[in-house]
Amino acid sequence: MLLAELRHLFRRRRIQALLVVLALVPIAIVVALKLSGGPTRGEGPTFLNQVTNNGVFAALAALVITLPVFLPLAVSIVAGDAIAGETGLGTMRYLLIRPAGRSRLLAVKAATVVAFCFAATAVVAAAGLIVGSILFPVGRVTTLSGDTLSVWSGIGRIAIAALLVALSLLGLAAISFFASTLTDVAIGAMAATLGILILSGILDAIPQLSAIQPWLFTHNWLSFGDVMRTHITWTGITKNLGLQAGYVVVFTSAAWARFTSRDVLA
Amino acid sequence: MSAPAVDQLHPSAGEPLVPTGTPAIVTEGLTKRFGSVAVVDQLALEVPAGSVFGFLGPNGSGKTTTIRMLLGLISPSAGEVELFGRPMPSASDEVLPQVGALVEGPACYPWLTGKQNLERIDAAGPHGERSTRPARIALALERVGLSAAQDKKFKAYSLGMRQRLGLASALLRPRRMLILDEPTNGMDPQGTREIRHLIRELAADGTTVFLSSHLLAEIEQVCTHVAMMSLGKLVTQGSLAALQGANAARVEVQTDDVGRAVEILRSLGLEAEVQEGNVRAELGDRRPEDLSHALVTGGVGLRGFTIERPSLEDTFVALTGEGFDVAR
Ligand SMILES: Nc1ncnc2c1ncn2[C@@H]1O[C@H](COP(=O)(O)OP(=O)(O)OP(=O)(O)O)[C@@H](O)[C@H]1O
Ligand SMILES: [Mg+2]
Repeated sequence: MLLAELRHLFRRRRIQALLVVLALVPIAIVVALKLSGGPTRGEGPTFLNQVTNNGVFAALAALVITLPVFLPLAVSIVAGDAIAGETGLGTMRYLLIRPAGRSRLLAVKAATVVAFCFAATAVVAAAGLIVGSILFPVGRVTTLSGDTLSVWSGIGRIAIAALLVALSLLGLAAISFFASTLTDVAIGAMAATLGILILSGILDAIPQLSAIQPWLFTHNWLSFGDVMRTHITWTGITKNLGLQAGYVVVFTSAAWARFTSRDVLA
Repeated sequence: MSAPAVDQLHPSAGEPLVPTGTPAIVTEGLTKRFGSVAVVDQLALEVPAGSVFGFLGPNGSGKTTTIRMLLGLISPSAGEVELFGRPMPSASDEVLPQVGALVEGPACYPWLTGKQNLERIDAAGPHGERSTRPARIALALERVGLSAAQDKKFKAYSLGMRQRLGLASALLRPRRMLILDEPTNGMDPQGTREIRHLIRELAADGTTVFLSSHLLAEIEQVCTHVAMMSLGKLVTQGSLAALQGANAARVEVQTDDVGRAVEILRSLGLEAEVQEGNVRAELGDRRPEDLSHALVTGGVGLRGFTIERPSLEDTFVALTGEGFDVAR
């Protein structure tokens, strides 16, 4: 059933279009960079100014740029649609009397959402890496610590970074997935999630709230940059992963409690 | 997915779970409240296995709500449901694979074709063996007369075609019971006839068919048993014959010799009277052939001799004292 569900998801035009759009973001930025001759020193987000020296960095820049908005948007569209999309269409009742089994269906849907998080991140990183290497020179990768790594171990680091970004999205995905069990309107679940994302961003920016900031799911999102140190520092990364795991446990449990007991009327 | 293979393509029930004689559906005190309104109220249904059971009631009487509870889609506020002697919804995994259903119309993915929709729903649960899937889908589509439109997108389907696809999905695997909520909704007269034929065919194979409708006349033609709902309450249930018998049939005699006819019928114990120039009487438990014989041997020239059986609608009105309209 999981395979069938994955095929069902990725065969959808809407999902394919979403992935294409995600790929276009880094492509557009790298192309713009090429046309403008590169940013002046010290300007722009991390890694962006290194792209002109080494195309490999385009993958990292792509991750940094899409993580605040584009990736969460895509993930909350898919996670918000996971349950609400079926109840909204009325197909949920036919899945339930099939019988797909409520817990099993929920597990399968959650797995497809996780798969999408990985697919979306991979698309972004791969698109960045590919255009970056086409338009700019590729060479040994300079770490944040100042050493250089071979191209291949540099790409290995980028793969780890992409993995961490995908995992960072899981907390948000769990929130959206839970919202999806609360409503029959997929757009509503997505909008609620984006609202929470924005709220989290705002709270994170208010200095007086430093006490609660470590508990915001967006707080350690950029910790994946630490993999670009010669010796990877794991403290920020593990803090982030622990926090994401917490959000996942809380919100998928809530989704399960809700979905296994609710009346399916639509 | 590890359940025993149900390989036969012909939908004539798999291994019986329970000895025959166990009713297909039993409910006890089944109640569903939305807020303070009991939309289904203390429902005690008994659907004999192998019957074609008509579940009748005006719009809003609680038919769909009952069906949702039968299938475990919503939980009852009170009361119990058993399908084939097994409690629902706890035995869903065991019972539902043997039940095909159409609840409140079909629901499919508009961006998939009819065939792809069936593939998806078949892959979503147990007993959907992949090796037999194409053949089962082709057979189901053929049975509902949709083969020609199988590669059209669902969003391009007409109302009747959608209904047919919903039925096809209920027929994808061998079933012991079909629960069909208004199956002919949106179908043309030809389609309605085809569905009726299909139901008879399934019933002949031993499949129990539970059929909800607000179209009494239509149900009357296929059902062996009937239950009637009004405002969430069960008005009556039983075999069609018993129900129609309970609400007496009438005899009407058309003749020029009215006086003589009345005399003969009265002598047989009927309360005959003249209405609009014809003789009418309640038939009671007398056989029509005895009456016509008595009239003819008594020298009454018959222009017409009719037995009027009350329609289900008449029965409903007689039982509730209300018309067959939306009551809330
Ligand atoms: N979710 C709900 N909340 C509140 N009331 C509801 C809900 N669903 C149904 N009802 C009410 O329950 C009653 C019965 O509805 P139901 O759909 O079971 O009727 P029905 O017999 O299937 O009618 P129809 O012939 O029109 O399909 C109606 O009065 C309806 O307004
Ligand atoms: Mg209904």
